[in-house]
Amino acid sequence: MQVNEFKPKIVAFCCNWCSYAGADLAGNNRLNYPADVKIIRVPCSCRVNPTFILRAFQRGADGVILCGCHPGDCHYTSGNYYTRRRMALLFSMLDYLGIERERTRVEWVSAAEGAKFSTTMNEFVETIKNLGENKRLEDLRCKK
Amino acid sequence: MQKITRESLIQKGVELLENGTVDRILGWGKGEFGYDITPTVFYDKESFSKNFEFSSFCGANFSKYLLKETRKGGKILVFIKPCDSYSFNQLLTEHRFDKDKVYVVGISCEGMADVNKIKQKYGEIASVKEDENGITISTLYDGDKTILLDEVLLERCKVCKGKECVYFDEFIGEVKENNPQDRFEKVSALEKMSADERFAFWQNELSRCIRCNACRDVCPACTCEKCVFDNPNSGVENKAISDSFEEKMFHIIRAFHVAGRCTDCGECSRVCPQGIPLHLLNRKFIKDINGFYGEYQAGKEIGSRAPLVNYKKDDLEPSEAVKREEE
Amino acid sequence: MQRIGVFVCWCGTNIAGTVDVSKVSEALKNEPGVVYSTDYQYMCSQAGQDLIKNAVKEHNLTGIVVCSCSPRMHENTFRKTASAAGLNPYMVEIANIREQCSWVHKDIEVGTEKAIILGRAAIAKLHLNAPLTAGESPVTKRALVIGGGIAGIQTALDIAEAGFPVDIVEKQPTIGGKMAQLDKTFPTLDCAACILTPKMVEAGSHEKINIYAYSQVEEVNGFVGNFEVKIRKKARFVKEDLCTGCGICTEKCPQKKVPNEFNLGMDNRSAIYIPFAQAVPKIATIDPNACAKLKTGKCGLCERVCTAKAIDYTQQDQIITEKYGAIVVATGFNPISMDKFDEFAYNQSKDVVTSLEYERIMNAAGPTAGKLLRPSDGKHPHKIVFIQCVGSRCENCAEKGKEYCSKICCMYTAKHAMLTRDKYPDTDVTVFYIDVRTPGKAFDEFYRRAVEDYGVNYVKGMVGKVIPDGDKLIVRGSSLLDNKQLTIEADMVVLAAAIEPDKTARSLATMLTASMDTNDFFTEAHPKLRPVESPTAGVFLSGTCQGPKDIPETVSQAGAAAAKVIGLLAKDKLTGNPCVAEPNQLMCNGCSSCERVCPYGAITYEDKEYRMPDRTTQMRRVASVNPAVCQGCGACTVACPSGAMDLKGFTNKQIMAEVDAICK
Repeated sequence: MQVNEFKPKIVAFCCNWCSYAGADLAGNNRLNYPADVKIIRVPCSCRVNPTFILRAFQRGADGVILCGCHPGDCHYTSGNYYTRRRMALLFSMLDYLGIERERTRVEWVSAAEGAKFSTTMNEFVETIKNLGENKRLEDLRCKK
Repeated sequence: MQKITRESLIQKGVELLENGTVDRILGWGKGEFGYDITPTVFYDKESFSKNFEFSSFCGANFSKYLLKETRKGGKILVFIKPCDSYSFNQLLTEHRFDKDKVYVVGISCEGMADVNKIKQKYGEIASVKEDENGITISTLYDGDKTILLDEVLLERCKVCKGKECVYFDEFIGEVKENNPQDRFEKVSALEKMSADERFAFWQNELSRCIRCNACRDVCPACTCEKCVFDNPNSGVENKAISDSFEEKMFHIIRAFHVAGRCTDCGECSRVCPQGIPLHLLNRKFIKDINGFYGEYQAGKEIGSRAPLVNYKKDDLEPSEAVKREEE
Repeated sequence: MQRIGVFVCWCGTNIAGTVDVSKVSEALKNEPGVVYSTDYQYMCSQAGQDLIKNAVKEHNLTGIVVCSCSPRMHENTFRKTASAAGLNPYMVEIANIREQCSWVHKDIEVGTEKAIILGRAAIAKLHLNAPLTAGESPVTKRALVIGGGIAGIQTALDIAEAGFPVDIVEKQPTIGGKMAQLDKTFPTLDCAACILTPKMVEAGSHEKINIYAYSQVEEVNGFVGNFEVKIRKKARFVKEDLCTGCGICTEKCPQKKVPNEFNLGMDNRSAIYIPFAQAVPKIATIDPNACAKLKTGKCGLCERVCTAKAIDYTQQDQIITEKYGAIVVATGFNPISMDKFDEFAYNQSKDVVTSLEYERIMNAAGPTAGKLLRPSDGKHPHKIVFIQCVGSRCENCAEKGKEYCSKICCMYTAKHAMLTRDKYPDTDVTVFYIDVRTPGKAFDEFYRRAVEDYGVNYVKGMVGKVIPDGDKLIVRGSSLLDNKQLTIEADMVVLAAAIEPDKTARSLATMLTASMDTNDFFTEAHPKLRPVESPTAGVFLSGTCQGPKDIPETVSQAGAAAAKVIGLLAKDKLTGNPCVAEPNQLMCNGCSSCERVCPYGAITYEDKEYRMPDRTTQMRRVASVNPAVCQGCGACTVACPSGAMDLKGFTNKQIMAEVDAICK
């Protein structure tokens, strides 16, 4: 094992009704994924302000993933539709500024998709590991 | 040169003051050098007739000033160019002021000059004069030069939204067709670059930012009672620029906050003392919105639903939003 | 500063197997604000809960973090524990170190490290927690049903049977709706009037049901449990309490040339009229657009013949204001206009009729007294062509038709075809269809009977054109199965017109702040799990206002909506979810962004006076959230450009504190 293995910091925002339950199901079924992923529970994916995502990068996150109910299945009927627009525009803007597009991701994970949650997280961590550290959006003051 | 004369506007203003329609006028005030026009409120016809100016240096968009002005009593006359009227409408859509407290005189416009462009080309200038032959500038070291308005148009005038006012109580001048350039040309060029090139481009541009907040202060969409950047509770509050990330965070958040509400009036770039092409951030959002969700022009109709507070069931996925650009 | 207690659960070996719980407990002890930290085998057990309660008292804790299983599992348990210990139940945060840590990571070092970070994030959030209290609001125990068709009648009857008073508002002079116009009903072929009119009578005479017929909803205010509704009762020019419905006035009325809406204009009625014999309430109504007395002041015959002295030409519209706890929308449907379907010659020939018109022609109380006669010349037709999906499933003709399937047309066309063949075996019947859709109990059997037993000729294909030619109608269509063009000389053509929501539904939805889809059908709170509730709390959906439905489905949905209403009205008080949005009105711009994304209509605006920095006062438009209606999704918090809107329990600062703790 390498001594200085890169351990990415990954923030996963999960909506309470679908994706957080999906993550719980992954746990129930013992479907492993790397411990680099830390979940923050929000009532709905539409609660996630683009500021939170930028904040995570500023504080040193290497990847941010946002999970919500599948479109059409939102517990609040329309929340994830707004999320979809907001994130499409935000991600496109980050890409436009030259920030690696793979660092951000939205994935729809239902409460029944424990396996999908685990696969998604495995893939995402792998992607971030390949990308390496987040240099383009970090704030050096936060790295003290 | 502008087709409408200063005199015709003064005549209109004096008439409306005299017949009591309005009790003050928001207009362009004369500066020291001819190009340094300042938004001014005139309270009497004497000062108005003396100090009001209308020339090709009247780029300033007055819509935002109405927020404060309509909170006072009485009724104010405001001169609105066609492109400014979109900001005006957008503010009405957002219930930001009472339109009954404003009397709008829409005026036609031939495009406005960008002082910075002139200065870049000819250095500092002592004064400007305008007649049918063009704009004559007195440079500090190189004598007088006459240039054409078309050579030094403001960025937004090159891609003029149209010569028609979308809101007015009365209109002066005539509406004519125009053939604007493709306003997304530069955005598309940036999209075609590699991520590294784009990063380098923006790093270079944004690193010049001095966080003077001029872009925010002039923006007719940035009208929050309390700006998130001034609010310690917002988590993004910061008064000064201190790191490479901070400048990006500021500009991303600012652009995102006005996404779908920005009328592309271009004031942010016009006032930036560092010459950062900030409109390219807003235009990226406008281009994406048009491409993803259908053409939308903020401020075109009062009461229209901005794209970010709307949705369709078959909107594209965020992953597709970034993929598209590779094509 | 909070005094925080941290409680790390082993969950037997479930957590302790891959997380070093004592190390977690030790590490979290050093976090700011933590005054107590411990671990225990089963924190959710009675002993574990007692441990928490004692610690709260002993260490004077202001909040607790439990590092345990998913909050979806035991958040409520620990909230109750906190409550029992005298803490506010919302001063509890859970770090999910089982499902999202110990169960998915195998390495104890890795698991322990992550558990500590998750614990830190929970502590960081808890620092910013504030005690929350759920609001309570009373419930007015009265329901309003808008629409008096079979959906509205059934809902009203079910609610009334449970003992709650119900008002029905119906815009026509009588309840009954579309079902009253039908002849027979599929798949049993019992007559619609025979099964509907007893229900109408029951609704009309039920002591708990009050019918406002010839009335419309004008204004809706309030929220779940506490609606206030203004109802416009239009002037009938007949005193309802005196009219006996004897009908002499309708016989004597000299103006008899008014197109009869009930028979879709295929015959005429008088200016004073009762829509049909079994109308409920059976009260005459004067049509102000046709009555000579009201228009010119000359006539007054009905007043003279009315022995009950019920006629009142001076009557005015009345506005009634009533309070309700729940509102059921049952506004129903209409067939779409055939004006844009020129190819079927609907406006050129009287013998091209819609299915609903055909329904009236076949009905014994209809314009032809139930005899199958052509509207143009009153002759008996020998060849009838039925065209299905007229305006339904129109993918490329959205400007004139509908993209959706109207659902009921396949079955009623089979019914019409079968009834025609049954009564008039000499009449040849052809049906053009795209698909025949018959999912439903005994539906496919019904359709097959039409084909097999009654010899109805089903042709898969669409009709391109109907050309009137003398007293014939030339029908040009294609048979897809035979791959050939067909030309049929028909005597009558029947169009299965698509159905659409009633036109009044849109304005009603705006009043109710209930959402609609692009076709103006009301949307459900959840398409699968809450199909009879609107996303707006306290507003329920019954029948075709929610989507195309046949009678059995409508009745079951009507019953379901009634059950939901009864469940609501049975409560004395509504307890809200305290995690609701809350605007900082000082910062609010009044821009309406939040209002537009709120799926529940919980946000309204008010003008409030504010003192400005320059010592003047200003009226400002600011948002306010009704906590009884808000469900706490948070969409508004992000839509708000100034960040004035925040969500209690998941505030911006709380979430950012978690982000910071995780990224540290």
